[in-house]
Amino acid sequence: MKKFYENVLGGRSGSIGIIILSILLFAILPLALDAFRLNLVGKYLTYAFVAVGLVLLWGNSGVLSLGQGIFFGLGGYCMAMFLKLEASSVENTKIQSTPGIPDFMDWNQLTHLPAMWVPFKHFPFALLAVVLVPALVALIVGAAMFKRRVGGVYFAVITQALALILSLGIDGNQGLTGGRNGITDLRTLLGWDIRTQTAQYVLYFTCCALLIGAILVSRLVLSTRMGRLLLAMKDKEDRVRFSGYDVASFKVFVFCLAAAMSGVGGALFVLQVGFISPSLVGIVPSIEMVIFAAMGGKHSLLGAVYGTLLVNTGKSLFSENFPQLWLFAMGGLFIAVVMLFPDGLAGIYESVRTRFFSKGTKEKATDKVPAVNAAASVALAETGGKS
Amino acid sequence: MSETDYLLAIEELTVSFDGFKAVDSLNLYIDRNELRVIIGPNGAGKTTVLDLICGKTKATGGSIKFKNRELLGMAEHKIVHSGVGRKFQTPSIYENLTVFENLELSHPVGHSVFGTLTFRRTPEVISRIESVAESVYLKELLEVEGAFLSHGQKQWLEIGMLLMQDPELLMLDEPVAGMSPAEREQTAELLKKICENRSILIIEHDMEFVSRIAHKVTVLHLGKILAEGTMAEIQANERVQDVYLGH
Repeated sequence: MKKFYENVLGGRSGSIGIIILSILLFAILPLALDAFRLNLVGKYLTYAFVAVGLVLLWGNSGVLSLGQGIFFGLGGYCMAMFLKLEASSVENTKIQSTPGIPDFMDWNQLTHLPAMWVPFKHFPFALLAVVLVPALVALIVGAAMFKRRVGGVYFAVITQALALILSLGIDGNQGLTGGRNGITDLRTLLGWDIRTQTAQYVLYFTCCALLIGAILVSRLVLSTRMGRLLLAMKDKEDRVRFSGYDVASFKVFVFCLAAAMSGVGGALFVLQVGFISPSLVGIVPSIEMVIFAAMGGKHSLLGAVYGTLLVNTGKSLFSENFPQLWLFAMGGLFIAVVMLFPDGLAGIYESVRTRFFSKGTKEKATDKVPAVNAAASVALAETGGKS
Repeated sequence: MSETDYLLAIEELTVSFDGFKAVDSLNLYIDRNELRVIIGPNGAGKTTVLDLICGKTKATGGSIKFKNRELLGMAEHKIVHSGVGRKFQTPSIYENLTVFENLELSHPVGHSVFGTLTFRRTPEVISRIESVAESVYLKELLEVEGAFLSHGQKQWLEIGMLLMQDPELLMLDEPVAGMSPAEREQTAELLKKICENRSILIIEHDMEFVSRIAHKVTVLHLGKILAEGTMAEIQANERVQDVYLGH
């Protein structure tokens, strides 16, 4: 139990962070916002899954992916395919020339369900696919690149290209994927209407709970030897390699973990928003998600959630009033954060906390260096005396 | 290739970078429990030889046999698992981790993805870390972050990280570079102590230091061996004096 407290919750300061976030998500926001706005927050929180994944991948492992929209999209499409099939019962689609298949397939002169869609009739399969399809794609992409030591900028550019390829691929295969319109008109989940207000509330709370779960899982991973290894890898990759670790396999693992989390986010997006389209998969959303993580502080799991909420709230407010200017504002914001606050909101929070709230710990931090030197000279004197 | 009794047998090893042969048909044999020092002028190919042994650089031709197993073509981490440890020229430690954590990451158990997730700090692990830390003069500094160590302490820490792996062949690239005379003294003691049950291959420029530790010295020049023998033999060798010691 103590171990769980230390490792997963991160001791005292870590637990306080989780508790504050939980109160905000589970109590303050639902009480303060109307159903429409709360649904918007729920939508933003699905992006936070991607941002949390990026904190693991980028902040803690030094691997920047500009294609996380791929995995968000894959998770979303897996869920949407199941919901769409449920919404396309023979009864609902009896006016089509082929009843029982999704409407867009009928418009594209398909006469039977493509093989790729068939397993998505089953809910357990769809649920597994939400996690496993993104992870599997990440495994293939990651293994191909990391084993060949592709990293840094090259990796970022390639992931971005993959995001573009996937969004174009979805766009171009209208009969199979719904094309540019995406998969729309989703209604029920196992007979439960997801469009009602009650359902929206239930889905919002589910989303919050799963997000907290994702953060705790990430903390658990970072608390093991793997967490320290990732830090070490970011610092001195060659030293890690020549200490007997297969560096690529660790990058692949984190890439897959981040992908699986993104997939869960995508699925929750579909449930709460009711559609998915290639515009959520491509380059722009993928880069936006990196901005969320940067804004929150790329090393901070909790910061990622706040960063996502803040940037998206800004986006909503700003684009309601000045729709043309939003992209410029976002670009400016990103540059400002990277130049002025490289550790994002979490960095600002830390500096404020150390300055105002805990004078004691600050003194300790500055005391550390002389203490080290003193200890070092003691050690030197002892060993020097012996030889 | 024939079976040998040597721990490390390098034969006809060649690597060329765009036609330039950095290492040229090199033959080098290291005995068990031997402490060998490689010296030579800049660009002689000393570091390249270590890079080739540990798999950092791919050879153009030849063979490197370690305990009669071919190392060429083996993945770097597998070379490490087979018993080869390598220290880099500039101290290569993890600045953001404590001395304890630096040593812990080099503990040879649990190097797979699953292994790192389930690794536990058992009392055996902790006592092993403490004993290694003591031998590299860092016992008092276990909780200090790597970034706060002095240059010499970083060199020791990296040697300690290698000792954690308990390699049969330990390769050190200029281990006393940037050390104070007192630290050099301690490092010489340390190296004598740790070569009791393993072989050590060292690149070093400091001749005074070399003469204190080396069992045998190999002089490398333009990717080839110029001379090999005891320190006294090397110092008496005229060709060596011409290309290296005279300068």
